[in-house]
Amino acid sequence: MWARAVLLGYRSWMGWHRGFTSKTDPQGSGRVTAEVIEHLERLALVDFGSQEAVARLEKAIAFADRLRAVDTDGVEPMESVLEDRCLYLRSDNVVEGNCVEELLQNAHRVVEEYFVAPPGNISLPKQDEQQPFSHN
Amino acid sequence: MLGRTLQEVSAALKQGQITPVELCQRCLSLIKKTKFLNAYITISEEVALKQAEESEKRYKKGHSLGALDGIPVAVKDNFSTSGIETTCASNMLKGYVPPYNATVVQRLLDQGAVLMGKTNLDEFAMGSGSTDGVFGPVKNPWSYSKQYREKRKQKPHGENEDSNWLITGGSSGGSAAAVSAFTCFAALGSDTGGSTRNPAAHCGIVGFKPSYGLVSRHGLIPLVNSMDVPGILTRCVDDAATVLGVLAGHDPKDSTTIQDPGKPFMLSSLTDVSKLCIGIPKEYLVPELSSEVRSFWSKAANLFESEGAKVIEVSLPHTSYSIVCYHVLCTSEVASNMARFDGLEYGHRCDIDVSTEAMYAATRREGFNDVVRGRILAGNFFLLKENYANYFIKAQKVRRLIANDFVNVFNSGVDVLLTPTTLSEAVPYLEFIKEDNRTRSAQDDIFTQAVNMAGLPAVSVPVALSNQGLPVGLQFIGRAFCDQQLLTVAKWFEKQVQFPVIQLQELMDDCSSVFEIEKLASVSLKQ
Repeated sequence: MWARAVLLGYRSWMGWHRGFTSKTDPQGSGRVTAEVIEHLERLALVDFGSQEAVARLEKAIAFADRLRAVDTDGVEPMESVLEDRCLYLRSDNVVEGNCVEELLQNAHRVVEEYFVAPPGNISLPKQDEQQPFSHN
Repeated sequence: MLGRTLQEVSAALKQGQITPVELCQRCLSLIKKTKFLNAYITISEEVALKQAEESEKRYKKGHSLGALDGIPVAVKDNFSTSGIETTCASNMLKGYVPPYNATVVQRLLDQGAVLMGKTNLDEFAMGSGSTDGVFGPVKNPWSYSKQYREKRKQKPHGENEDSNWLITGGSSGGSAAAVSAFTCFAALGSDTGGSTRNPAAHCGIVGFKPSYGLVSRHGLIPLVNSMDVPGILTRCVDDAATVLGVLAGHDPKDSTTIQDPGKPFMLSSLTDVSKLCIGIPKEYLVPELSSEVRSFWSKAANLFESEGAKVIEVSLPHTSYSIVCYHVLCTSEVASNMARFDGLEYGHRCDIDVSTEAMYAATRREGFNDVVRGRILAGNFFLLKENYANYFIKAQKVRRLIANDFVNVFNSGVDVLLTPTTLSEAVPYLEFIKEDNRTRSAQDDIFTQAVNMAGLPAVSVPVALSNQGLPVGLQFIGRAFCDQQLLTVAKWFEKQVQFPVIQLQELMDDCSSVFEIEKLASVSLKQ
């Protein structure tokens, strides 16, 4: 039984390794559509930047798909290894603070005791609209 | 003096054979001499000398704080250090000076340790080679060792033969190189998937990962909150126990630290291993394991058996899925943890002022490298509503299966597991960069990261030199919160194998002559 699991593990390891070197990844393509790219860029506020990055994501997804082979019926998700213990909570008293200057020192744009942010509630332009951060 | 263990140097300081200031100066000059290793990002020379002077005053009065008083240490650059730049080897935090000390740093300083500087790492601790930070890769001191060079039939001074230098492993490569090259006596690393044990094995030193919940993570810039642990890198197991004794214990600022009262970590010398049961997980015998490491592993098992211990084969059936599970959980937690870097309150900020979203996006594009961005995007993908159950929740379930595997094995009477730490000895940098970061991490973390999923303590102990003259380490895994027992077994093993000291003699000789010249110069200046 265990021998078969080891062999399967070995084979899927080799298969993944071979798949990585081939140019087209049949498992991965199609998951990362233009829609998904845009959605992820907006959520993460990090852009892909290149086709390479998209290909990398597809490979990452294909790699993660291997989890499907595991039978997890009746298994509870594990959030923390310390789940059997209670978290420690401090008493709700102010014991620290008054460090405004220290905290403001690390920010680039500060006015009096405020961090200065650009205007909010303006969503990022869509892919086909002009990008505000493309430099001439 | 620099080649001695922490305990030996501590005794020397107490006896007055050397003063903290002298020790600090020697380490500083060796750091300058070994600058080409690129182990340090920031060298806190003034701070270190000041701390050393204060330590000297304490020793003169006979009021030393303990075993760590006056001892030079280094800290990985993802721990916050008050007043000293903390960058995580990333453009995002270049120039960031934290206003507070991480708890583990504070505990070291409270014991009088002298902080030499902040060590290099992979950007945000993502990687297994210490090659992907913005300050460049870290070189393995063994590339310049007599043992390695002789095997390659090169002259020991051949620095012009530098192009084929070896990686340190990662992501705490800077800390490992700093300890291995004698520039400090202990260093802090972090361990999320093996980031302390991997470079320890490649650099021939001891790399210890405590149980999750034993050591505070407050001030450690987080990668994966449910798996991160501060790691300890030293030249011998006793030293790791000494440092652990200082660091372990409940921290009110980190509510994931356990509240059980701390026990002192004095390691007894084990003489009789006959009551011990060592487990050898069969799924760790993978085809990619180099035959040399396999034979060292086998010899180690035989060593325990010949000394009377019970050595049995055990099974951790879900081992082959642990890398995939880690990949999903890690990227998901990273996606969340990296969201704090928006340029508003600290860190890099771009010049765009059109809108907050545009500013955040550009700041993050400029601040993060490809590896970090790739993981953030992958994590966000797995956390999308339509993918959440199939990837994130699924991975959490698999994590429970993996953790249960370990529980079952330990419940069946096994005390300690013995496995390899890495697939092979350190590889040349040019070889390592042929594959990308994710591939390498998936390959190199294979023996180390299941331990992080289960929150268990583990230690990598150097066992012997390979045919190429490079160090190979083996890993011991213990039960949760049985760190003392684990280190006791590791100490016994270390004594049996007698791992050779790295021979950087040319470096050391040059350094001590530099020190002599400096000493004469400072004397003449005073007059």
